[in-house]
Amino acid sequence: MSEGHSTYTPKTGIERWFDARMPLPRLVYDSFIAYPVPRNLNYAWTFGGILAIMLVAQILTGIVLAMHYTPDSVLAFDSVEKIMRDVNSGWLLRYLHSNGASFFFVAVYIHIFRGLYYGSYKAPRELLWILGCIIYLLMMATGFMGYVLPWGQMSFWGATVITGFFSAIPLVGDWIQQLLLGGFAVDNPTLNRFFALHYLLPFMIAGVVVLHVWALHVVGQSNPTGIEVKSKTDTVAFTPYATIKDAFGMLVFLFIFAYFVFYLPNFLGHPDNYTVANPLKTPAHIVPEWYFLPFYAILRAITFNIGPINSKLGGVLCMFGAIAMLFLVPWLDTSKVRSAVYRPWYKLFFWLFVADAVLLGWLGSQPAEGSYVFMAQMATLFYFAFFLVVLPVLGLIETPRRLPNSITEAVLEKNKGGGHHPAGATAAPEIKG
Amino acid sequence: MKKILTSLALLGLVVAGIGAAGTAAIAAEEAHNAAAPTHFPIDEPKEMDWSFAGPFGTYDKAQLQRGLKVYKEVCAACHSMNLVAFRTLEDLGYSEAQIKTLSAEYTIHDGPNDAGDMFDRPGKPSDYFPAPFPNEQAAASANGGAAPPDMSLLAKARGVERGFPRFVFDIFTQYAQGGPDYIHSLLTGYDETPPAGMVIPEGTHYNPYFLSGVSLKMPKPLSDGQVTYDDGSPQTVDQYSRDVSAFLMWAAEPHLEDRKKTGFRVLVFLLLFGALVYLTKRKVWAGVAH
Repeated sequence: MSEGHSTYTPKTGIERWFDARMPLPRLVYDSFIAYPVPRNLNYAWTFGGILAIMLVAQILTGIVLAMHYTPDSVLAFDSVEKIMRDVNSGWLLRYLHSNGASFFFVAVYIHIFRGLYYGSYKAPRELLWILGCIIYLLMMATGFMGYVLPWGQMSFWGATVITGFFSAIPLVGDWIQQLLLGGFAVDNPTLNRFFALHYLLPFMIAGVVVLHVWALHVVGQSNPTGIEVKSKTDTVAFTPYATIKDAFGMLVFLFIFAYFVFYLPNFLGHPDNYTVANPLKTPAHIVPEWYFLPFYAILRAITFNIGPINSKLGGVLCMFGAIAMLFLVPWLDTSKVRSAVYRPWYKLFFWLFVADAVLLGWLGSQPAEGSYVFMAQMATLFYFAFFLVVLPVLGLIETPRRLPNSITEAVLEKNKGGGHHPAGATAAPEIKG
Repeated sequence: MKKILTSLALLGLVVAGIGAAGTAAIAAEEAHNAAAPTHFPIDEPKEMDWSFAGPFGTYDKAQLQRGLKVYKEVCAACHSMNLVAFRTLEDLGYSEAQIKTLSAEYTIHDGPNDAGDMFDRPGKPSDYFPAPFPNEQAAASANGGAAPPDMSLLAKARGVERGFPRFVFDIFTQYAQGGPDYIHSLLTGYDETPPAGMVIPEGTHYNPYFLSGVSLKMPKPLSDGQVTYDDGSPQTVDQYSRDVSAFLMWAAEPHLEDRKKTGFRVLVFLLLFGALVYLTKRKVWAGVAH
């Protein structure tokens, strides 16, 4: 969309000099100033920008923390406490980084659910969606390895449980597990390689983010109606329109983030991680970070053997399958209509799916016993049914509501009909190009 | 907007419904057998009023000093506090000279010196609280098989799960005192009598607030009048427990006041800046229907 017809005209001598040699100013201008965005984007679309600043914030705080941290199984825990007590503003850096990971995931989950709700993954945005899924996978690996670094009880036992999944894989499982651990159990070599990878992966994320944004700028943003941009009246310029809206979204997000960092810095953590790792003492309940809980619930829901597949391998397959579903979404959804706004049944199932994911998260935090197991099995069943049954079937049988002809028509209709946008309703529908 | 709100409300109802059904089912399952409980602690920690709670919370220095006294005279006999340096006691309101005197009361095993020998010397402000046992094995063997936990982070390393929906309310009430509440309840919970028929393992002590069982190895550590206060505070187990819990919170989170003060400034800044950006956003979009 932005390709091919750049509207950038270098004004100063320096800009012309650059433009003739390496047109970086042109790239920035075309990507972040003149880039046309649909005029009807709502605040759910501000999370891309929010994720970008969270990634930068995590990398910056992480680099400074790494200057003070010691990746050694004997020294790691105390070096983190040294940061908390003696490093100038060390407590702030560490709380920003640990809560930053959580809020990175809050933002990415909203971003993913927004994509699911508005059908943002449909052609021609399949690759954009898949690149996003890869970023999510890398984030999970980074988050998991980062949680191991403070070398507390949950770090150690979480690492033991999660790397233990790989031993369920037939034939090569034990070999993979030993490669991950650097030995037969979680120990100093594990901590060393996790630290190295935890430092590496964010830069890989940054790389895939570049591809993600590149793909986005080729196909253009989707929008709440799900209708493609057809004319210039459908869009506004990225700056100032999207910039200022994104800025406001970011500030609201940062406000909530800061509230946790300064007033509830340990709310999202586990008390056991303030006890140094002890390989001889297993905690009563091993729970991963909150953002892995739905998958943890799915893992533990499989308590029965399925033919040759034992319950452990079954659980691992279901857990990885739950993530794999996301990659397949562009081809599982058969609907011609993108947005849930025009799909009453899909909208219902979407919110049920959100409720199901939240329920799975809660179940993941509870011990796998009694009626929790049954509830987790039902919730897992619904999770997979959403992807494998609802998405394909609903697209074939659902009658969508009437679609507007264009984004502009949808916007004008909304402003004419509803009284809830007084400012916009009185304003003349200015045509911006 | 209205639609989003309605959807969210519906979502909330669905989740709450499932959650309530689940909790009810589990409550029924437990069907309380008082003599053989399966979930711990038996009693939830009592929520106390702490000076350091809430957005403007600060430590009560007099209370921290009393807590330090309790730690030194009672807890320190078995519990180490490896991560706390004498110099940081300035936070409690002590002067440099007082800290020098206080640290000199301790003997620090140091060395090797130029002759290659280990030696004992009086403590300096840069030293850390010395541990009561030379190593973990010695601590374990002197205490019936398990070493008493280090106390530096105890107030953050303990906490009873709050459960749904309380953990949601905790976000708004800023409840972050699970650790000190737990320690206070545990220290004051030794006098309660176990229900009839309960089996208390030999050599352990019943305490309904203990996080991982009906009883623990540590005997009741505090009794009325055990520690002498010179500021007229009541010399009761309850008061000792409050003071030492507050002290342990400080030991675990020495920069708490700084954090909350900084936080207030950051939030006010974000609020004002956010309001300005919002008004700018409205102005920018005023001419564009969206």
